Amino acid sequence: MTTTNGEKVLDVKDLRTYFYTQEGEVKAVDGLTYHVNKGESVGLVGESACGKSVSALSILRLIPYPPGIIVGGEIIFQGRDLLKASEEDMRHIRGNDVAMIFQEPTTSLNPVLTVKRQISEALELHRGMDKEASLEETIRLLRLVGIPDAERRATDYPFQFSGGMQQRIMIAMALSCDPALLIADEPTTSVDVTVQAQLLEIIADLRNRLGTAVIIITHNLGVVARYVERVNVMYAGRLVESGPTDEIYADPKHPYTIGLLASVPRLDSDRKKSLRVIQGLPPNLARLPGGCAFHPRCDYAMPQCKEEAPELEQVGENHLRACFLDVKKLKK
Amino acid sequence: MEKDDHLLEVDNLVMWFPVTAGVLQRRVADVKAVDGISFYIKKGETLGLVGESGCGKTTTGRCILQLYEDMKGKVIFDGIDLTQLKREQMRRMRRDMQLIFQDPFASLDPRMTAGDIIGEPLKVHNLARGKEYKDQVAELFRMVELEPYMSDRYPHEFSGGQRQRIGIARALAVRPKFVVCDEPVSALDVSIQAQIITLLERLRDELNLTYLFIAHDLSVVRNISDRVAVMYLGKIMEITNSDELYANPVHPYTIALLSAVPIPDPVVDRTRERIILTGDVPSPINPPPGCPFNPRCHQAVDRCKEETPELRLIGEEHWAACHLV
Repeated sequence: MTTTNGEKVLDVKDLRTYFYTQEGEVKAVDGLTYHVNKGESVGLVGESACGKSVSALSILRLIPYPPGIIVGGEIIFQGRDLLKASEEDMRHIRGNDVAMIFQEPTTSLNPVLTVKRQISEALELHRGMDKEASLEETIRLLRLVGIPDAERRATDYPFQFSGGMQQRIMIAMALSCDPALLIADEPTTSVDVTVQAQLLEIIADLRNRLGTAVIIITHNLGVVARYVERVNVMYAGRLVESGPTDEIYADPKHPYTIGLLASVPRLDSDRKKSLRVIQGLPPNLARLPGGCAFHPRCDYAMPQCKEEAPELEQVGENHLRACFLDVKKLKK
Repeated sequence: MEKDDHLLEVDNLVMWFPVTAGVLQRRVADVKAVDGISFYIKKGETLGLVGESGCGKTTTGRCILQLYEDMKGKVIFDGIDLTQLKREQMRRMRRDMQLIFQDPFASLDPRMTAGDIIGEPLKVHNLARGKEYKDQVAELFRMVELEPYMSDRYPHEFSGGQRQRIGIARALAVRPKFVVCDEPVSALDVSIQAQIITLLERLRDELNLTYLFIAHDLSVVRNISDRVAVMYLGKIMEITNSDELYANPVHPYTIALLSAVPIPDPVVDRTRERIILTGDVPSPINPPPGCPFNPRCHQAVDRCKEETPELRLIGEEHWAACHLV
């Protein structure tokens, strides 16, 4: 993998997270390699069960065991391998250095604690603030993420907020310890499009102001187009393509990325033209096909694709893809 | 505005859900889910209904299908006022009007096989039996691009997209004229969404169906609809044909809604002006006086706070409810 300018805050190398279920070994993440530079915003894109969330949980070592276990790889965060860190160290890193926003704010917030209590708890634990200081900071954070009337609303319980407001509270909580890396796992999936825009603007704004590196995990290529500098596309636990955002959208080089982009109806395209569809279903990770996992759905599949899994290779500056097909033969 | 080519006409539809409190369950307030809307759908046409959550789009669909007892207003389907029908008459009408649900995980009975789920409407409406029944069920499987041998499987053995196909086959089993598609793709993966949209388009053309397509995703709606209605807090804000709505939206809410939709192309998306709506949708229990959108509207004037704008014709088949248009 090529190094880009700038210091890496996170370097994931050949990460493998497997689950052992009744159906057999499920390779949720199987040889994932990518990095995030300091202050950079990176998109991790893929359909359900492609391993994007599991890879994020692996970074925080939050994989439930059993059935899941990180079987190999390295997760270098600020120069140290998190997979070798003690549980005690991890507890300090979670929330403090690496924070995460989950998809479902409703289930991620504690329903019986006031918002104030949930945020100030983190401040007291991680930043050693006293009660008064933490309360002041809590209100500042709530204002920062755009909760109107923050002082009064701080004493409310999560159910008294709408989904979009709850997600803001999650963001405030994630930022409370000024993390070096923020992982947002489908932060906008359960909210309306208007709120989606608000939330992404807040995250982008905070990144600019605080210099936090951000990983945005999403299944919707449209959502991240404007907000990330690099896009990593995942399929069946692996990276299939990675590159600068503009290049991935304008000149995708993996058949899956091309299909994914063509599947999204666009506001600015010809309405009468019907969508180009990727045939078939996302694979069952317990019964992955041999060779390239995408070959049963790929328009370009060749005999070689059924035998061997392609490795990531360079196709442009900082642009990688895992595919055997000659780039010139791709139709778009 | 009754015309021959209108399959459905909705006239001043109102649906308020009571909020009760106390031991006596006194009615203390109403959720004004749908608050006086009128529109029509022509034969063979797809009308898209968009809006944020809680704007009343699902309730509208259910009102049309007469799934509530105490709604007000008229629903005229194929020249018949459904609100005047007796229960048994309405039951027979339902053959012509079907519903496709949002959540393919919750809408299929987990204890029935796929074949029984799809075939049940044929039995209920006494449309086929014996070998004919079997043939028709097999045909329905093929119609939605599933294999008839799957008919003995249970819903949990199918993926989300396949379950949605089962839901579609079940809705189309009775050969309806009109189908309410209530967010049929929002629970699905992007690649599967595209498959289901193309399937719905193909079936519409082959079977000459008329759709009310409810969704919150404006790009999906634009793709499938001939005309689009934009709802906000139980009222229609703007309604016109798809190309016009997306090219020349006039209502500030429509404009804001469209600007919030991301375009999967960073170069294009960065150049678009994005209007970020502040705040949340107000509670439909206590909607703001005047135009329901006025607290979030960046163009609101005093009049908007006092007077509720009517839906007015402002161009060819283009209606909008805004004082400033």
